[in-house]
Amino acid sequence: MTLSLTDSTWYPIASSDDLPFRHVYQGQLLGRELAVWRADDGNVNVWENRCLHRGVRLSIGINEGGELKCQYHGWRYANRSAGCTYIPAHPADAPARRIQNRTYPVREAFGLIWSAANDDQPFQPFPGAETGEWFPLRPIPVNAAPEDVLAGLVTLAPDDQPADILPGLAVRLGAAHYFVQPVDSNRAVIRGLLQGQPEDAVTTLRSYNETLTKLRDRLERAARKKPAPEPLQPSFEQVSVDLATMPDIAIPRGNTITVVVKRKWASADGIIGFELAPREGHLPTFQPGAHIDVHLPNGLIRQYSITNGPGELLSYIIGVKAESAGKGGSKILVESVREGDLLSISEPRNNFPLRRDAVRTVLIAAGIGITPLLSMARFLDKSSLPYELHYFTRLGEHIAFRPELEALHGKVQFHTGLARPEIAQTISQTLGEWSHAQHVYVCGPSALLESVRVTAATQGWPEESIHFEYFKNDKVIDDSSSFEVELARSAMTLQVPAGKTILEVMREAGLQVPSSCEQGACGTCLTGVIEGECDHQDVYLNDTEKRANTAILTCVSRAKSARLVLDI
Amino acid sequence: MRRTMPPNFPIPLHAPNRYSPPMTTPDPLTLNSWQVIAALDELPPGLVERTILLDTPLAMTRDRDGLPVVWRRTDEETGDEIDPETIFDRLPVTTGYGFVWTSLGTPPTDLFPIPEYAEPDRVNMSCGSIGIHVSAPRAVENFLDMGHFPYVHTDILGAEPHTEVKEYDVEVSEERDEVLATRCRFFQPRAALSATDGMEVEYVYRVPHPYCSVLYKSSPEAPERRDVIAIFLQPVSEERCRAHLLQSMIDSTSTITELRRFQQTIFGQDKPILENQYPKRLPLDPRSETPIRADKSAIAYRRWLSQKGVNYGVIPVAS
Ligand code: FES
Ligand SMILES: [Fe+2]
Repeated sequence: MTLSLTDSTWYPIASSDDLPFRHVYQGQLLGRELAVWRADDGNVNVWENRCLHRGVRLSIGINEGGELKCQYHGWRYANRSAGCTYIPAHPADAPARRIQNRTYPVREAFGLIWSAANDDQPFQPFPGAETGEWFPLRPIPVNAAPEDVLAGLVTLAPDDQPADILPGLAVRLGAAHYFVQPVDSNRAVIRGLLQGQPEDAVTTLRSYNETLTKLRDRLERAARKKPAPEPLQPSFEQVSVDLATMPDIAIPRGNTITVVVKRKWASADGIIGFELAPREGHLPTFQPGAHIDVHLPNGLIRQYSITNGPGELLSYIIGVKAESAGKGGSKILVESVREGDLLSISEPRNNFPLRRDAVRTVLIAAGIGITPLLSMARFLDKSSLPYELHYFTRLGEHIAFRPELEALHGKVQFHTGLARPEIAQTISQTLGEWSHAQHVYVCGPSALLESVRVTAATQGWPEESIHFEYFKNDKVIDDSSSFEVELARSAMTLQVPAGKTILEVMREAGLQVPSSCEQGACGTCLTGVIEGECDHQDVYLNDTEKRANTAILTCVSRAKSARLVLDI
Repeated sequence: MRRTMPPNFPIPLHAPNRYSPPMTTPDPLTLNSWQVIAALDELPPGLVERTILLDTPLAMTRDRDGLPVVWRRTDEETGDEIDPETIFDRLPVTTGYGFVWTSLGTPPTDLFPIPEYAEPDRVNMSCGSIGIHVSAPRAVENFLDMGHFPYVHTDILGAEPHTEVKEYDVEVSEERDEVLATRCRFFQPRAALSATDGMEVEYVYRVPHPYCSVLYKSSPEAPERRDVIAIFLQPVSEERCRAHLLQSMIDSTSTITELRRFQQTIFGQDKPILENQYPKRLPLDPRSETPIRADKSAIAYRRWLSQKGVNYGVIPVAS
């Protein structure tokens, strides 16, 4: 058998003990280096040992519990997905979600961490594995070809009890199972498991160790006499063309994910929590401040912020306000969606990115506005960055996600039942005078937003330091311009007069164009722009995306140039 | 690609049976360029010093007039006494900016210019050399990079949380055939003051030679003039280099020892990071790594190397 880079066998690559709290272990399998780390939720990650940015080993990075941070420029990668969540050189931008490191399958079993070069085979424990308790021997690295190491192990069998060769590079010799971890073409590690807890562990370990050390010396002596085999040459996967020309932004569109409503509960009086889980695996990477579109049973699309902390991708938790008035969206979720129901959601988008380069971060929420700020607080918390969170509610019973907020370590203050002037005063005191690298994030009713914006401005906070997000487009749309649109793929040129939207004109010309909110908030009508300058009037695209001028929401936005060429 | 044992491999392994990969023949530009090999004042007259350039073992000494003599080494050892007059097969040699430069081919008459070096009121000093197990172009790229200041040169050139790399300009100057990055600004904390109280330092970077870069940094003493720090990389092999440092300062208060120690601290901090960078040669294919706006100068540098056909210490774009 010769080793192959595409060998899909599962091999042990580490002992469970190699992954203590917040540690990153450097492993190797079939010539590939691996960064192996356990997140605070217990999940073990096996990633290519190389930061996608500039190739620095992630095994020298910092395990922050939910994210791994590279040593060179501090890029953060999320637990489970290995998606990049933060690029410190551009703290105000949300990184492209598709910056995602290569991950390998992983299983923790019998005191060992197992992995494989690809997903082609499901994990299959060796015969009899499930029946016993297993005691791992000390690993023995050997500088010899893995096949030779296996052959050497076989020779250890006594004459009357032949070795039992198992699939993969494994063999059973009486009570001991040995697995050869193929590190490279000329290096291996022998990992052994003993059935049952030995009576005298120290003596047992020592005796196995002696036998294996002798075997190692014998194998290495033989290997030195042979010509060195050529090492395996794993190649690094190329990044996508989009990423290679990063200054341009690609806006993801249209992909939906089906999720199960795993839990639905009253988080506070009038606020319902929903836990949305994927049917298998994990959900995509998100950044603090991100939201998802939820496609409702009645065809409407609504946006909800993700409340999760770093690396929590097994489900998204959102909060929904049970509005008494007959507002279509939330009402349907609250009244008719039950645990176990399936929903369709979009991939997360982030129009409310959190800078992690502040010396002081102030988070101000009211009511349901707590949701994105809870996520932000959790990220700051895990990285031990300073922040304070102020949460205004009318009544104590209205405090949503209270246990989650109380679990935070930062300064979290509940302000309950304050009258308007008191709220204004609290905001003013909280903000104080601005100084370098202070940022405030606000989410809540428009009155709160306005109050924070005005107060901050009068207290010297520059515009770039005040952050908020719109889910509704409250702006007055200026539809006074008239221009020409060329539809590249439909080979059509249309005139858009003042008072009409691009969307309307396209529909009148007989085109089928999807839309939903028709106020520039949901992104359904997003269309690629090939030429011309957009006059963006939506609240869906973030600033970077607007500047990129590569896509437009045809329901509200228009052209600044006389002509616009659309990819439709 | 040569593989060596990762420095922090968790399990001790014994001397493995090493496989040696085939070597690259350097491209004509690299062969015919001047390459730095030593600091002039560290080269003892009449005694042999050894080094390696482009996988080629070299020996050198200084003659009675103090001029360096460089030749391909056979069996000479460091410290051997030698009469330079007996050496006939000499390699081209020049001195510049306090260093000895040679070439394995036919070099141009002049070295690239650093005009500031000649200004009378500057303190020019070579700040020693440091061997790094990475290719020379990777080391150049590190020198151009501001994004790592808060993480690698913590509290000296930057400090968390101030990590932003603001927009700057890059061009490849046709007339001077060099990469030029201007209006580079980075927030630098001042050691004695609180973290909120730093200042923005402005830098200009030049890459006038595939393995050399010159940095201009606003000088606190004379704001209209700039301190100059240059890095000259000696390509020892495709995956190893030696960084030779030059400072040309306006600073009149710090002592030479202090300034030297400062630069050595900086490079001592870069070394372990660079030695953990993979692949060790600089990949020139834009799709091999993920650049961001802050990496504009590196993108321009990689493109420039590609256009020049440099093949040594890089992974060329597959054709
Ligand atoms: S190399 Fe990892 S952040 Fe730059
Ligand atoms: Fe550096």
